[in-house]
Amino acid sequence: MDYFAQQLINGVVLGSIYGLIAIGYTMVYGIVGMINFAHGDIFMIGGFIALITFLILVSMGLSAVPLILLVMLIVSMAVTAVYGWVVERIAYRPLRQSFRLAPLLSAIGMSFVLMNFSQVSQGAQVKPIPPLITGGYTLHDSGNFAVQLSNVQIMVVVTTIVLLTIFSYIVSRTRFGRDMRACEQDQTMAALLGVNVDRTISMTFVIGASLAAVAGMMYLLYYGLVDFFMGFVAGIKAFTAAVLGGIGSLPGAMLGGLAIGLIETFWSAYFSIEYKDVAAFSILIVVLIFMPTGLLGRPEVEKV
Amino acid sequence: MTGNPTANILEVDHLSMRFGGIVAVKDLSFTAKRGDITALIGPNGAGKTTVFNCITGFYKPTTGMIRMIHGDSREFLLERLFDFRISKLAKVARTFQNIRLFAGMTALENLMVAQHNGLMRASGYTFLGLIGSPGFRSAERSAIDRARYWLDRIGLLARADEAAGNLPYGDQRRLEIARAMCSRPALLCLDEPAAGLNAREGEALSELLRLIRNEHDTSILLIEHDMSVVMQISDRIIVLDYGVKISEGTPQMIRDDPKVIAAYLGTDEKTAIAVMAGGA
Amino acid sequence: MAVPKSKKSDGPDVAAPALNQQTATRDRSVASIIKNAVVSALLALVLFSLMIGIRTETGPSGQLTYWTRFGELAAVVGAVFVGSIIVETIKRWTGPLGSVELPDTVRRAFSVLGRVLIPALLIFALLVPVIFYNQRYLLDLGILVLTYVMLGWGLNIVVGLAGLLDLGYVAFYAVGAYSYALLAQSGLPFPYFIETYPYVAIDFLQLGSWAFWALLPVSGVLAAFWGVLLGFPVLRLRGDYLAIVTLAFGEIIRLVILNWQDLTGGPNGVSGIPRPTVFGIPLTPGEDGFAALIGVPFSPTHRLVFLFYIILALALLTNWVTIRLRRLPIGRAWEAMREDEVACRALGINITTTKLSAFAIGAMFGGFAGAFFATRQGFISPESFTFQESALVLAIVVLGGMGSQLGVALAAIAMIGGFELFRGLDQFRMLVFGGVMVLLMIWRPRGLVSHRAPSVFLGRQTAIPSSMVKEGDG
Repeated sequence: MDYFAQQLINGVVLGSIYGLIAIGYTMVYGIVGMINFAHGDIFMIGGFIALITFLILVSMGLSAVPLILLVMLIVSMAVTAVYGWVVERIAYRPLRQSFRLAPLLSAIGMSFVLMNFSQVSQGAQVKPIPPLITGGYTLHDSGNFAVQLSNVQIMVVVTTIVLLTIFSYIVSRTRFGRDMRACEQDQTMAALLGVNVDRTISMTFVIGASLAAVAGMMYLLYYGLVDFFMGFVAGIKAFTAAVLGGIGSLPGAMLGGLAIGLIETFWSAYFSIEYKDVAAFSILIVVLIFMPTGLLGRPEVEKV
Repeated sequence: MTGNPTANILEVDHLSMRFGGIVAVKDLSFTAKRGDITALIGPNGAGKTTVFNCITGFYKPTTGMIRMIHGDSREFLLERLFDFRISKLAKVARTFQNIRLFAGMTALENLMVAQHNGLMRASGYTFLGLIGSPGFRSAERSAIDRARYWLDRIGLLARADEAAGNLPYGDQRRLEIARAMCSRPALLCLDEPAAGLNAREGEALSELLRLIRNEHDTSILLIEHDMSVVMQISDRIIVLDYGVKISEGTPQMIRDDPKVIAAYLGTDEKTAIAVMAGGA
Repeated sequence: MAVPKSKKSDGPDVAAPALNQQTATRDRSVASIIKNAVVSALLALVLFSLMIGIRTETGPSGQLTYWTRFGELAAVVGAVFVGSIIVETIKRWTGPLGSVELPDTVRRAFSVLGRVLIPALLIFALLVPVIFYNQRYLLDLGILVLTYVMLGWGLNIVVGLAGLLDLGYVAFYAVGAYSYALLAQSGLPFPYFIETYPYVAIDFLQLGSWAFWALLPVSGVLAAFWGVLLGFPVLRLRGDYLAIVTLAFGEIIRLVILNWQDLTGGPNGVSGIPRPTVFGIPLTPGEDGFAALIGVPFSPTHRLVFLFYIILALALLTNWVTIRLRRLPIGRAWEAMREDEVACRALGINITTTKLSAFAIGAMFGGFAGAFFATRQGFISPESFTFQESALVLAIVVLGGMGSQLGVALAAIAMIGGFELFRGLDQFRMLVFGGVMVLLMIWRPRGLVSHRAPSVFLGRQTAIPSSMVKEGDG
């Protein structure tokens, strides 16, 4: 039971990170109907920016951890948001009215660019950082196994919840959120009613990228390392999460993220760590067989 | 014409279709006679297309029975067949309200696709076709001949090799009917074939439908808004309103039925009678 | 009719003037070019000051250190500034990049060229080993290019004809390669049944020098089987759901190969895979070798030449079968399914078998290519079957123009050949490759050869413009 509780905690933390990335996928899908394949690499860039900011801050002699974290978060979100904006501007906007596969391949190309840009500019090895947030709580100790809840884990989950709250407020209450939802329904009509479609789409990418940046930073803090290839694996997982939850649905993305995080963690804990990804992907396939539009996706009504 | 000409080809029995809480079709029963053009009319939202989708297997009816009776008195219960089998086995073909041609394929190719099942058998499920067996070649030739016949009938022989999506709207409508006919249906279901056609195109359509009825062993069931077309060519008319049958009979009978007028005008019967009296 | 399924965007009339640079480019002043360049340079500064300006490095003690590279940063930002000016100036002359349409006459010239191009390419391909006999590198490259031509043609059946997006095609390549390698080595697909290592030391199937030829069809059939297996769960899926499931399938196969060490050797791969023989006669320097038999001195190039002709034959077989299938009811049903699945059902076409057959046949050719890959390398490992390979093959298909056999061949030559050209760039190679992919898609979203040739015609075969042809929502 204790072991189970521990895995549950680990799974929720991992799921939160996946969920944050998955939201970016789902938002972009909702508004432009394409898979932003480069999103995982945006997440990776976010991790790198956070890492570099951290190094600079430390070398400047800063030692107050909360301040360091705050600056890391702001810089990482801001710079990564610019990456998101530029990627949309260069690789997707020219293809917006185009055929479905062209933006997909353009996105795959962009993913290669970002991944290898990071490899070329920062080298291929793994970049570790010393643990920034230490300590935690022992929730329950049965003698041979102690359920731990570390401060990093608390921070990841709390940050995710706070961001999600802000984010759902933006989507449901602000003018931008309304514009975004209008564009999801019908871009032509939204444009006729005075919604600036280009700007709304750009903003969607910016928000998605900054959420991915947060996820990147959380990843850095939680695992203590980043590398240029992490975006691919995490990106595919998050995309899987978005699809599992029902792509286009924001609660679905979070739910899918949690599901994938939990599946992975429990599979590693109880079965085999090598096959955790196989398990996640297999469950995705099984879910989609029975629910072809994911857990919370709108069922596709066939108009005849 | 084979079989008993006055026999039913389609019998719809107590058909109901519910979507969640909405009842689109309620306890509908009607029949279509072999060799007839039967029309299903009614105001918007009366449930006509839903009936069609039940007959052609795109929806599974909530309750009810749809019986398809062939000339050799083979019977098919359409609510039990599903999907492609309705066209393949029960020989019910359909067209769509919003034209669904294979836009990127030529007119000829569209008609060839419609003959898929026969050609598939002739090609030995691809294996014989791959090595170019003579049996398949002759089957393909006769398929092309059939396509040519229909292209000729709809006046598109000269444009056979053009992309279907490039054809004018009226031609696309007729091509879709020809495509359905190429699958050699016993019953052809047309979903608003005259929608969006101008007067001349409408005339060409009526002519095509008459030709199908007179020269082919195919009965027609059609949904239509355009009353002029319906009154001109239908043998029998069934009127639906809010998913319920409100009238049935020959065009003349329907024309004079106050219930029908009321449904179309959206008023009660008395007003309708008054309107009719005033109009007459 | 040609409107893509995704939501349409607005025209430029409602675009934000502040953000839309395209609008800005229309006003003709030099100032706007400079302004754009400055904005681009500033953006580049934001993007790169941390990623390029700072270089992180793990020190010997595991401690992370960094140093600054302001020189490089300045160079890159400067390059963006200059590049932006150049691009904007060119745009001024030619109009926006995406909208360059070839004039009719040029296109007609191309179509004539296209008719000459096919036989010319074919003859050239046949003569490659003669012309480049002494250049092993070029022969190797030719084999590589042809492998991708074949993979492209195979995937083209699924993506181009049937309109089913497949992001995991490499799985079938892997299945083919491993089927051949494992069957040829141990002869038993399930060594678990035999307790002792190394399972069966003998050549179980007694294939001897015929191993490749006997197991090539087996690999194809096994891959086709896996294609059907993938096909079942995705029957009802569309668009992006299909994309992720195929991608997941590809990853599952790779991960299983990587982790099932007992069977596949895991990350160490399988080595000592039998090389192909000239129908039983090995290409070895020995007495019974091919060289000795025909009385010429042995040369390792013989095998290369032979491999070249095998893959050429396999690729041409793929092409021939595809061209035949397009004219058969099954091929027409694939294309009709791509155009409109609902209409297909209404015409009595069984969508299930039609989809599965597309997956199976596409996968089969992937399996053939995989078996060839294994016999060519003599060694395979999971590294050769990553998502990048799937993406590359898909890029070849889309860039070639979906459904076009010639286009796919040209795209494979351009992509693989181009990739080799950039070999000197070393680690920048993938960076450039990705960038080129983006640019090519923007330049020609519908691919190089973007029109469709009808499969049957009464009078004259007229090409159908790509704007008419759908790409399927499966």
